[in-house]
Order: sequence, then structure tokens, then C-alpha cells
Amino acid sequence: MLRYTLRRLLGAIPTVLLVIVLAFVLVRAAPGGPFDDERALSPEIEANIARYYNLDEPLPVQFFRYLGGVVQGDLGPSYRYRDSTVSGLIADALPISLRIGGMAMLLAIVAGVGIGIVAALRQNSALDRGVMAFAMLGISVPVFVFAPVFVLLLSVKLQWLPAGWSSTPGLSKYVLPVVSLALPQIAYIARLSRASLIDVLSSDFVRTARAQGLSQASIIRYHALKPAMLPVLSYMGPAIAVVLTGSVVIEEIFGIPGVGQFFVRGAMNRDYTLVLGIVIFYAVLIVLLNLIVDLLYGLIDPRIRNR
Amino acid sequence: MSFFRRPLVLVCLLAAVALAFILYPRLGDQPDLPVDAVVLDRALSSDPESLDPQRARSTQAADVLRDLGEGLAGYSATGELIPAGAVSWTAADDGLSYRFNLRQDARWSNGDSVTAGDYVLGLKRLVDPATAAFYAGQLGAVLNAEAILKGDMPRDALGVEAIDEHTLEIRLERPTPYLVALLTHPSTFPVNAKSLDESGELMTEPGRLVSNGAYVLDQRTANSVVQLRRNENYWNNANTAIDVVRHHVITEEMAELNRFRAGELHITSNVPPDAFEQLKQEYADELRVYPYLGVYYYGFNLTKPPFQDDLPLRQALSMAIDRETLVEKIIGRGELPAYSWVPPGIENYEPAQFSYASLTQSERNSIARSLYAQAGYSEENPLRFELRYNTSDTQQRIALAVQSMWKDVLGAEVTLINEEFQVMLANIREREITQAFRSSWIGDFNDAQNFLGVLEPGAPSNMPGYDNQEYLELLRNASSNMDLERRSLLLKEAERVMLADHPVVPLYFYVSKHLVSTDVMGWGDNLLDYHYSQHLSLKTAE
Repeated sequence: MLRYTLRRLLGAIPTVLLVIVLAFVLVRAAPGGPFDDERALSPEIEANIARYYNLDEPLPVQFFRYLGGVVQGDLGPSYRYRDSTVSGLIADALPISLRIGGMAMLLAIVAGVGIGIVAALRQNSALDRGVMAFAMLGISVPVFVFAPVFVLLLSVKLQWLPAGWSSTPGLSKYVLPVVSLALPQIAYIARLSRASLIDVLSSDFVRTARAQGLSQASIIRYHALKPAMLPVLSYMGPAIAVVLTGSVVIEEIFGIPGVGQFFVRGAMNRDYTLVLGIVIFYAVLIVLLNLIVDLLYGLIDPRIRNR
Repeated sequence: MSFFRRPLVLVCLLAAVALAFILYPRLGDQPDLPVDAVVLDRALSSDPESLDPQRARSTQAADVLRDLGEGLAGYSATGELIPAGAVSWTAADDGLSYRFNLRQDARWSNGDSVTAGDYVLGLKRLVDPATAAFYAGQLGAVLNAEAILKGDMPRDALGVEAIDEHTLEIRLERPTPYLVALLTHPSTFPVNAKSLDESGELMTEPGRLVSNGAYVLDQRTANSVVQLRRNENYWNNANTAIDVVRHHVITEEMAELNRFRAGELHITSNVPPDAFEQLKQEYADELRVYPYLGVYYYGFNLTKPPFQDDLPLRQALSMAIDRETLVEKIIGRGELPAYSWVPPGIENYEPAQFSYASLTQSERNSIARSLYAQAGYSEENPLRFELRYNTSDTQQRIALAVQSMWKDVLGAEVTLINEEFQVMLANIREREITQAFRSSWIGDFNDAQNFLGVLEPGAPSNMPGYDNQEYLELLRNASSNMDLERRSLLLKEAERVMLADHPVVPLYFYVSKHLVSTDVMGWGDNLLDYHYSQHLSLKTAE
């Protein structure tokens, strides 16, 4: 398994490199520069700023200078957040995104799988229908609709929870963002695990187990749940990537200083180094998460492990 | 491996990981506030990109810097120019040098005395090419500043000198009647030499930043909050009422409004356009709308047909726009229709106006139609051109309205093109495909020159490519004239000449819009929209 892991990691290097090259070319091809403004700069000032950031060098020179920095873990200075480096910005924002994302994912798994199991066991009952209708709503109503509704209800009207991140040092500020972020995931995971568990419960080995007189509880716990979780697990990889790195919309609505904002802002501001830094970060993250999910697959399903 | 066989174990593991995140000590989190502190919560519409006075650019950064630092002069709550770091100043008779007497009791937050040398350092740092300052042009009138900026002279050649510990002299290339107003801008703030030496580029970090204003930096999180606390060493600390100021970064207007409604903000930076009518009822006492030093305009590319050398056409397009309808029905937040380039309320200045400002709109329309015909266009041969604006609801609403006014009055066929802001700016600058565009100018200081200079031939801000030697001559004469009345007349004549040429179509003058909690005392509406936290206080809760 160690060799497999190493092979996968080495194989990822050319992928990440290609991503860097593409991102560099694309971000530079976009019209406009990081320092353009309605308040146009005089040519001398513009030249001084370009020199300060080495933007007066030929593009290939800039590229290799940048790559040299990346290899040493230096993602360069941000052009917009002028007091910070890109590495520093990501290092500050990442823990916040991870914390919110981690909490949301945990909530999504526990609640989603729980609801899924309950619904599967009471298949076609009123409860099942109600829960699944609710899940459908959770999937189809976008975050930017229900998050502001939460804010209006719980922050503005009832004043139970803060509407903005920076208003309180306490933990109460996590509740709304985490719930908003988790809700669509809960809904999706619930539907996924319900369908999957129903499928497994009607399979031969469960019928055999039942024929041997095992209780429903132990059938589910020892036999049915694990295979039923496979589709959920494979959904988890991309879901974690999305949730952990923060949803841009959630960050915007609650004013959370996470990494998601940097992607949009960086691109709009033509903050070249910030865009590249975030792209590299995402590329590495997705490569790693895919690897972890594949390894977990092996742990859960012996057939894959022994392949 | 059997360890992982039970899904329950896996779930517990995940739970443990998540708990670790929750309990992990305060990563990027703000510290608790001191008990009993008077806290002011105010909003910034974007992240203040730098707290280094010489390297900052945005108005949001300037808002924070005015709390942290202090220049030679400042503004009162209602916008009058007042002494700050200097107690008094005198200009030489020829207007070519100024002497500032600094406040003896001014202290940095680290206890050092604020000296003339600190101001000299700040000003030299501003024009030094190595600083890469955006506002380096601010000192253009100071002796040798332009040569230093170009790299032709060392920064020590700048015409600023510390005569003694508390006397500063600034020598100029040409008289600049608005020099003192320039010196209120954060880019001209002094720099603590010791802090710059010790911390270098890190000098803006909390704990390192040494400031000479009413507040010191307590904590800062990008895209979230800049927290300031009282500077115990500030000379006017006894009169500072607020202990802690939190500048919250809130980019989304609705989110900002919700936080105000939830009682989390005392002052908003803006008001959402869609909620304006409702807020007028709901928050009649809190809503503050006041004229602002900004003009919103449509510009023509004067270097290419159809607008090059076609004055009747440009004038026809300007006259056909019903500005009253535009500000009342389309924008509707108290903006003023613009018939001049310089906003009303500027000190020592009465703006010139379009010759047709006093006509009714239907009179303007009929003249516009004949000018349009004179330019060679008709129903069979309508004018066709593209108008570029940056993607945003407000821009689009205005563009649609103007497009239909041009269609109704003249029959012109205008194609609207919305572009991302940076793309639009690049296109305007290139002057290749751009025909007409939307833009705006927000004043840096309260002087007509700051607006009229925008369209000075050769200036980078002159986006239409306007070129009129008479205008240039009038501006030059005005800028070197120390007689304020004479200067004002020259500037007005310049504005009249420029307006008659119609390089731009000013549409309206901006207003500043805030929701200010009734708990906030000492708030003053002013043209510059500067609201120093040190002027404010909160009604104490009983």
C-alpha cells in the first residue's frame, strides 16, 4: 500500500505542474492588470510598481522565478493584499475553512446517514416520504436562498445567533455557516444512503442472514451498513474538497475569512500570484483527497484491496 | 486493519478530527474584548489592502489609516480643514514654500516624540521609486518630486526639510493653494523611523505597527476585521471616547444591512439600492444621505470616429439625456443631476454649467435633434455605436435608461456591452474598440483642480483622450495663482471651455449613504465622507 501511495503521489507531480503552467498562461492572458483602476496611474508610478513586483521582466523569466519560489514553498507576494504573502493568506484562511468545513462534513455524515437509515427501514412510510421530500428541498434550494433566510430569522428577528463572523469571538458564529454548508450535503447523503441501504437489504446475503435468525439491528450493523456506505464514500471525496475549502457563497454571506473568497476576488483583481497560489492549493488538495478516498475504499471493501 | 471494519469506529475518528478543529486554539480568531470597553462597530466595503500609509491605495484603507495615523492637517467631523500634527503653518509670499509648526506633545504609540524628521521620512518614502507607492503623484508639486519618481534624482533631493525637531519646511516647484488639503491624505503621514528599521515590510503587523493617531492596531484578519484600540500616547487621548474600533470588512450590501439590523453594526458603509425606499421609512433617523465628491459620467473615445471631431454629435447625445428622470426614477437615492463636471460644494469654487442647464428637457431635446441632424444622422441613417459599462445591476439600469433616451429622442442605435471591470478598463485605455464608456471620478481632496485635472491633456486619468491647449493653459495659470478668487475664475473658465467641448457627459453627482445607529454621537455629514472614529462617541447604556 505504501508503494501504491508513493506511485500515486509521484504521478501527481506532472499533473500539478501542468495545472501551474495552464493557470499562469490563462491568468496572464486575461485583459487588464492587477493595478488598473478608474484612477489611472501615471506611467512613472506604473513602471515603479511593475519593477517592485518584477512584472517588467519577460514572461518566461517571471514564470521560472515563480516556479523557483513555489518549489521552496514561497507563493510570492499578493498584489492586492499588499501587506501579505500568498502563503500567509492561505495559512491564515485555511484553518477557518477547515474548521467550518470539517464541522459541516461531520454534521452531514452523521445526520445524512442517520436519516438515510431511518428512511430506508421505514421504506414508503409517511416518515420516509416526508424525509425524502425534505431532502429534495435541501438539494434543490440553493444556499444563497436559505442562508439569508436563516440570518433574517435567527439573527435579525430573534437575535439568537450572530449574523456576521467578526461580531463575536465566541463559538456561536459557527452555527449558521456550518448548518448552511451542511444542509445540501445532509440531503444528498441521506438520499444516497437510503437508496443504497434499500438495495443492500434486498440482496441475497442479507436474506441468508435473516434466515439464520439474526436480528434486524445486527444485520444492519454487521452486514448491511458497510456495503451500503460505498456509494456514500465515493461521493465523499469531491464533497470534502468542496466543503473543506469553503463555499464562496457562504463566506460572502457570513463574512467568513476563508480561502473560498480568494478564488473569486483574486481573479477579479487580477491578483496573479493569489490566483496561482489558490489553484495550486486546490490541485494538490484534490489529488490528495482522491488518493485518501481510494485508500479508504481498500479498507472497506476487501475485493478492491486484493486487486 | 480490523480496526476500520466497524463503521462506528470510522465515524468516531471523524468526530475526533472535527473536535480537534473546534478545540484548536483560536486560529485566526479575534481576541476577547476588554470588559467595559466602549466598542464601535463600523463597516468597510472592501478589505483595506495595506496599513502602510505610503503603500495603501483604496479609500477603505484610507478610512482605517485616518484612525491609526495623523497628518499635518486633518478634518473636523463636519469636514472643515483643521490643524492636526501641525498646530499652525505659514506660506511664503510667492507660495513656493510652507513652514509647519508641529505639535510639541505629539507622541507615537511607542512613546517616541513625533518629529519633523518622521514627516520628512514619510514624504521621501512616498516618492521613492523603491516604495512603489500608488499615491506618489500626490506630491507632484513638491520640489524635485517628479524627478525622484522617474529615478533621475535620489530621494533625499526632495524639497522637504526638518528645520528643527518640530519645524518642517516644504518647498514647491509651483504654487499649490491646496497643498494643506493634500497633506491630510494618509499617504503623507509620518513614519516611525525605528519601526521601519526594525520591522521593514512587517511593520504593518499587529504588535509591530507604530502609529501616531488616536488608535493602534490590535488585530487584523484579511477579509474580516481590523480591530483598533485606543492609543494611550495620543496627544488628544483624553478627548477620545471610543476605546475599541472594529472595522468589519463586509463586501455584500445585503449582508451589511442584516448585520446592522441585528444590532452588530453602528455604521454601514453603504445602503443596498433595492432596499432604499423601504429603509427611508424603516430607518428614517438612521439613514444619512449627503452629497459626495464624485461624478458619474459617460466618456467618448475622442481619438476615433464617430466621436472624434464631431462636437454637434457629442452635444446632441449629452442634451438628449434626461438627467432628472435618471436620478429620480432610475437611481433614486438622492443623487444630484450633473450639468457641470465639478460637484457642487467644493471650497472656493462655483462650478461652470452646460449652456443648456437652464432649459427644459423638451427644449434640450429639440436642440439635440437638430444637432444630431447637423452631424449628418437621420432616421434612415441612424448613429450606431457601442457603450461599454462594467457588469453591475446599477450600471446596467442606468445604461438601459440612457440607451432608450437616445433611441427615443434621436433615434440612435446604441449597443450595450457589459464587461468585467478590469477588461473594461483595459479596453478604455487602449482606445481601439472603445467608442463610449461609463466611468466616474471620486475626489481625493476638496479642490476643483482635483476634478478638472482629470481631463488635463496627457494625464493618465484623461480616458477620453481630451486635448485642448486652451484648457491646459487655463489650468496651468490657475494652478500657479495664489490669489484664490482669481484662481477660482480661471478654473471656472477652464471648466466652461471643457464642458463646451463635450469630451464627457456627466450624468450625476454621487451621494454618500450610511445607516448610522442613533446610539452614535458626534457624527457629521461631510462632502469627503470622512468619519474619524475619534470624533464619535456612543450613548452609554444605562
